[in-house]
Amino acid sequence: MELLLVIVIGLLYSAGVYLILRRSMVKLLLGIMLLGNGTNILIFLLGKITKGTPPVINEAYKVFQDIYADPIPQALILTAIVISFALTSFAIVLLKRVYALVDSDDLDDLNTPEEEDL
Amino acid sequence: MLFTVLTGLITSSLLIPFGKLIKTKWSFLLPLIPVLLFLFYLLHIPTIAGGTNLLQGVNWVPSLGVNLDFRLDGLSLLFALLITGIGSAIFFYARTYLKGHVYYDRFFAYLLLFMSAMLGVVLSNNILTLFVFWELTSISSFFLIGFNNDSKESRASALTALSITGLGGFFLLAGLILMGQIAGTFVISELFNKHDFLLAHPLYPLIAGLIFIGAFTKSAQFPFHFWLPGAMKAPTPVSAYLHSATMVKAGIYLLARFTPVLGGSELWNNTLLIVGGFTMAFAAIHALFRVDLKGILAYSTISALGMLTFLLGLGTQEAFIAAAVFTLVHALYKANLFMVTGIIDHETHSRDISKLSGLRKVLFPVFIAALLAALSSAGLPSTFGFIGKDLIYEATLHYEANWALWLTGLAIITNIGLVAAGFMAGLTPFTGKLPATFEKVHLPYPSMWIPPLLLGVLGLAFGLFPGIVGDLFNNQAANAIAQAETGMKLKIWHGFNTVLLLSIATLAVGILVYLINKPSERKLAAVERFNSIAPQRIFIRLGRSIVRLSAWYTQTFHNGYLRSYHIKIIIFAELLLAYKLWISGPIQINWEELTPLSWYEVGIVAILLGALYIIVTTGSRLTSVVSTSVIGYCICLMFVFYSAPDLAMTQFTIDTLTTVLFVLVLYKLPSFINITSRWILIRDAIVALGFGVILSLIALKVLQEPNSTEVSNFYGENSYLLAKGKNVVNTILVDFRGIDTMFETVVLSIAAIGVYSLIRLRLKASEKE
Repeated sequence: MELLLVIVIGLLYSAGVYLILRRSMVKLLLGIMLLGNGTNILIFLLGKITKGTPPVINEAYKVFQDIYADPIPQALILTAIVISFALTSFAIVLLKRVYALVDSDDLDDLNTPEEEDL
Repeated sequence: MLFTVLTGLITSSLLIPFGKLIKTKWSFLLPLIPVLLFLFYLLHIPTIAGGTNLLQGVNWVPSLGVNLDFRLDGLSLLFALLITGIGSAIFFYARTYLKGHVYYDRFFAYLLLFMSAMLGVVLSNNILTLFVFWELTSISSFFLIGFNNDSKESRASALTALSITGLGGFFLLAGLILMGQIAGTFVISELFNKHDFLLAHPLYPLIAGLIFIGAFTKSAQFPFHFWLPGAMKAPTPVSAYLHSATMVKAGIYLLARFTPVLGGSELWNNTLLIVGGFTMAFAAIHALFRVDLKGILAYSTISALGMLTFLLGLGTQEAFIAAAVFTLVHALYKANLFMVTGIIDHETHSRDISKLSGLRKVLFPVFIAALLAALSSAGLPSTFGFIGKDLIYEATLHYEANWALWLTGLAIITNIGLVAAGFMAGLTPFTGKLPATFEKVHLPYPSMWIPPLLLGVLGLAFGLFPGIVGDLFNNQAANAIAQAETGMKLKIWHGFNTVLLLSIATLAVGILVYLINKPSERKLAAVERFNSIAPQRIFIRLGRSIVRLSAWYTQTFHNGYLRSYHIKIIIFAELLLAYKLWISGPIQINWEELTPLSWYEVGIVAILLGALYIIVTTGSRLTSVVSTSVIGYCICLMFVFYSAPDLAMTQFTIDTLTTVLFVLVLYKLPSFINITSRWILIRDAIVALGFGVILSLIALKVLQEPNSTEVSNFYGENSYLLAKGKNVVNTILVDFRGIDTMFETVVLSIAAIGVYSLIRLRLKASEKE
């Protein structure tokens, strides 16, 4: 499974990089989201994945009796998901705003307003 | 001594608030400054001539060894007198020359700044302080050359001069620091004792080379000579002051000052001989083809500077004496000739010697001044120039037998050129018939023609009483260069000998050359053709290519396209990471430790990859957004399989929310337009895949590393005991790292406020494009 995840990470990163090299702002945003997903899986993978052993202590005990999944990568990823949501939602609304102003989703239309004025 | 250096700096700054005032009748105060300083140094003559050196020190940056140490010995005094003495003449002269100029105050501020800096150079006893003043002279010279800042040529010349002397300054600084570090002291008077030690050091050639470059650029030695003719774009008082009498001699001063420290080796002497010898002959011949008065003077100045370098290179006591005397001789007659040129230019608005003639009838006192200078420059017996020429021949004739003849020959050729050039600049405009156009020319204010006349008379007086002058100024200067008693005695008459014969022959041939040589624009153009391979062109080409390079760099790397920045950053990261991967050794996969694969996992990965493919290739916005959410759900399922229930829940919620928001806000947008060419798509795909491969390899690499679980174990063991929670991930977030989570909430709230305000914001009609 690890090898499969490694491939998934590679492809998520590739797709993300490919999309941020496009001119469309929507694609740029999707690319950033894919990069974020790829990073989450990378962190997850590096914490040594295990099956069926969530880091939750059994009701009857006060400490772990068995092996359990590493909780730290999970805590990190949780934070990352939430923060990236904040970023994405703000970016989406900003995108709409830019679209309303310049009537385009082309990044190149943003950096040459002066020339158009001339 | 410190106050003399500071006087100019302070008065220069005072001209900022009082600039308006100084343009009025109060301008008579300006020349007082150099005159008072000149008197101050005149008073020191008896002390210094007696052989004592004055020292003064003020701590400045003691931790770095940079202190305002000043020392007055024979050499410094000679230069200080030149700076303040010629300075006085120039200040009187310029006061009238620039009368009514808009930037009158600014001009004198620069000039005062320059005077201070120059005094600092010749008085400093600390090599780093010397360097600071050295650079200040370059900077003030830049402003003075570019003083007519509305002329393009003037600005270009100023820039050339600054880049050449500034570049030399860098080399000089490197050489000075190297020397100071090796010798263990930055104090010049202490460096004299380190002479043998420095000469034996393996880095000695480097030190000498670096200091040579500094001195040669400043003193316009070949191949750095070309900035000096360009610097003649400056107002004539500046040319007279900076570019003949003082600043260009700073390089000579530097060489003379360090002769007792670094000199005496074959490297030192031969370099100076070759560079100086070539420069003096080259420039002397060049001067004969000029038609512009200032051009003639510029090249003859280069030649004289070459002569001084050459004399220092001879390295004998006689040569040092000749150098000390010739410095004074040259400053007197060259500043004089420049001021005369300024008067001619001021009154007739021409500097072309093929057009000027007969001016003696209208500018008689100026003619006398020019005549005295030309005669001194020619070395007519009973002028000071004669003494200088005698000493030069004496020095070359008494050099090693094998070379004496050649060096003397070189000196003769140079002197012939200088004789003719002196006559061209000092006599041609005044002799012959007065053209009708110049009949209305009138004599300027006495304050303009008295200073050059005074210098001319001084040249004659020094020539008649050389013994007194020699004892007072030059003896100790020569002693300072040699760091020994030279026992110099200047005499007006040496008796009939080879030297006298040579002097007379030089004079005769020089006059002959002057009479035969008729410079014209046509000849000048022929000579200029050789300049296409001259260093000047190389420097200009170098400068242009730097500009072109930076333009290219800006257009390529800072073109304002976001994706262009992205691709460069990504390619750079790829190279860096690939290099790290490459040197970190091969990747090993531990097949036994891998978790087994089940069919539903393979199925989910297949769905994920399919969605990924759709995002990249689809033309529809909505499809790509939905596919992104599919990817999110697939990841969510993987979290479920691999014991991360909290992550799965969060991912599910967030992904749903994002998709809803996306669709709500963006559903109206049109589909993607495909505008990029195929080639660029392929290029981007290659870059993107490369990045993915490298990241995958890094992931594999990390998998083979052992995991450190100390922190995880701490949380696992203490989750219930300390935080009273059984879900470890939750306790980490809300308890162990509670404050982090609190700030995360703050971030979320800020984003929420941003989203809310952006949605609520109504667009005004005027804002819409």
